[in-house]
Amino acid sequence: MPVVDLGSASIRELNQSLHDLGPDTNETHWSVLNPRGAHAIAAGLQVPVTVEIDGHVGYYCAGMNKQAKVVITGNAGVGLAENMMSGEVRVLGDASQAAGATGHGGLLVIEGNAAARCGISMKGIDIVVKGSVGHMSAFMAQAGSLVVLGDAGESLGDSIYEARLYVRGTPKSLGADCIEKPMTGHHKAKLRARLDAAGIGGEVDVSEFRRYGSARTLYNFHVDNVAAY
Amino acid sequence: MCGIVGLFLKDRALEPELGAMTAGMLATMCDRGPDSAGFAIYGAGAPDRMKLTLRGPAGTDFYAIEGHIGAATGGDMKIEVRDTHAVLSVPERALADVRAALADTHPEIDVVSFGKRVEIYKEVGRPDLVAERFGLASMAGTHAIGHTRMATESAVTTDGAHPFSTGADQCLVHNGSLSNHNRLRRELSRDGIVFETENDTEVAAGYLSWRIREGARLDEALEGALSDLDGFFTFVVGTEAGFGVLRDPIACKPAIMAETDKYVAFGSEFRVLADLPGIEIARVWEPEPAHPYFWEHA
Repeated sequence: MPVVDLGSASIRELNQSLHDLGPDTNETHWSVLNPRGAHAIAAGLQVPVTVEIDGHVGYYCAGMNKQAKVVITGNAGVGLAENMMSGEVRVLGDASQAAGATGHGGLLVIEGNAAARCGISMKGIDIVVKGSVGHMSAFMAQAGSLVVLGDAGESLGDSIYEARLYVRGTPKSLGADCIEKPMTGHHKAKLRARLDAAGIGGEVDVSEFRRYGSARTLYNFHVDNVAAY
Repeated sequence: MCGIVGLFLKDRALEPELGAMTAGMLATMCDRGPDSAGFAIYGAGAPDRMKLTLRGPAGTDFYAIEGHIGAATGGDMKIEVRDTHAVLSVPERALADVRAALADTHPEIDVVSFGKRVEIYKEVGRPDLVAERFGLASMAGTHAIGHTRMATESAVTTDGAHPFSTGADQCLVHNGSLSNHNRLRRELSRDGIVFETENDTEVAAGYLSWRIREGARLDEALEGALSDLDGFFTFVVGTEAGFGVLRDPIACKPAIMAETDKYVAFGSEFRVLADLPGIEIARVWEPEPAHPYFWEHA
C-alpha cells in the first residue's frame, strides 16, 4: 500500500502520482499522512482506488472525483468533493461550506456537520450528512439528493429545481420555491437506499424524515410579475 | 482575500511563547496576503502607566522625541524602538498631554495604538519579513491577533494595514468589506470617535469602541455589529482582557477555530493552526455565522 507523507512530499507530487494511475492499477489503496490542512489533496482522481487521508484537509479536497473513494479522518475545508462525478467521498469530521457543490454524481458522506451552502447547485450527487447543515444548503439544486439527519439552517433549498431533500430534524426556514412534500413509500425506499449506501441504514428510521423539494413556480416567467422588471 | 490569525492563551506557562506561536501562524498566511501585515500583542502592563505605539517614516529618530514632549510626561518616559515603530511608556495621567505634544511637534508620527497593554505593529511587505523586522517571535503576552493583506480595493500602504485601533487596548482585524462605512463614520465622528483613514475596517473598530465606551461588554458590542454593520466580514477583536470573533450572517469569509485547555486559536484556514501544540487533540470547529464568540481573562 503506497504511503505518502505530506510532511516531506508535496501536494503536487501526491496528486501527480494519483493521476498517473491506470484503470487496472494494482496500487488500489493509498494512505496520506500529515495533510495539515493543505488544499486540493486528492483532487481530480479518475480511477477506482481508495485514498485514506489521516487528519484535517484544506480547500477542494477530492474535487472533481471520478470513481475513487476518498476518506478523510479529520475535518475538511471549503468545497469538499466539489463537482464530483462518481465514486465516494467520506469525511469523519465536519465539512466547511459548499461541500459537494455542483456535484454531478457519486456519494458524499459527512459524518459530522456541514457548514453553509452544502450541495449548492448540486446536479446529481447524493449527499448524506449525519449532523446538521448550514444556511442556504441545496441552493439552486438541480438533481440528486441531500439527506440530513440533524437540522438545516436558513433558506434550505432556495430556488431549487428538482433535487430531493430529506431532513430528520428541523429546517430553520425554507428558501424561495422550496416546499414540504409528501413522504410516500416510494420516497422512503429511495431514502433507505441512500442511507444503506452511506452505511447507516440500520441506525436510522426513514419514517422520521420529512421531504422537501421544488414547488416549480419559478420555472417559467409569470406575466403577473412583469411590473417587477 | 486576506488572512487572519488570533491566539488567546489560557495557560500562563505559554505566555513567553505567544510571539513565536503568532509569528508562525502569520507566516503561514503569506499566501492569503503578501502585501502588508500587522499584529497586535497584549504584553505586560504596569500600574498607572500607558503604552503608546508610534509609527514614523523610515529613519525617524524616536529618541529625539523625548526632548520635545518631556514636559508633558514630567520627565517620566521610557522608549523602546523596534524598526519603524516605538513603544512609549508614560504615566497614565499624562496620556492626553503626551498625545497633544506629539501631534504638535511630530505630525509625521502616527499613534498606532494606546492602552495599558496593547502594542500594534504594521508595515508593508511580506508578513513573515514584517514579523521578523519587529521581532515578534521574541514577544510575550496573553493574546495576539494578526492580519495579512492582499490589497484589492485600495493602495498597498501602511495606513491600510490592519489591525485598527480606535480605543484604549482595543483593536480589530477584518477579512471582507463593509458597504455602509461612510454613513457610520459620519455618525460615529459626531459622537467623538476619531478616524485616521477612509478605511472601512477602521469604522468597524470605531463602532466597537463606541459601543464599549457606551457601556457594552465585548459580546454585546459584537451583537450590535450584526445589525449595524452591512457587508461581508470575519472579525477578530482584542480588548485588554478579551478576544472575540464574529462572522456576518452570510459567512462568505472563511474561519476556523481550535480550543484546548491551554489556548483558543483562530485562523482563516486550518493550515494556520496545524503547528500549534496539542492541535491533534484540540476541538476544531468552524464558528457559526452571526454568532459572537468571546473569551476573557478574569
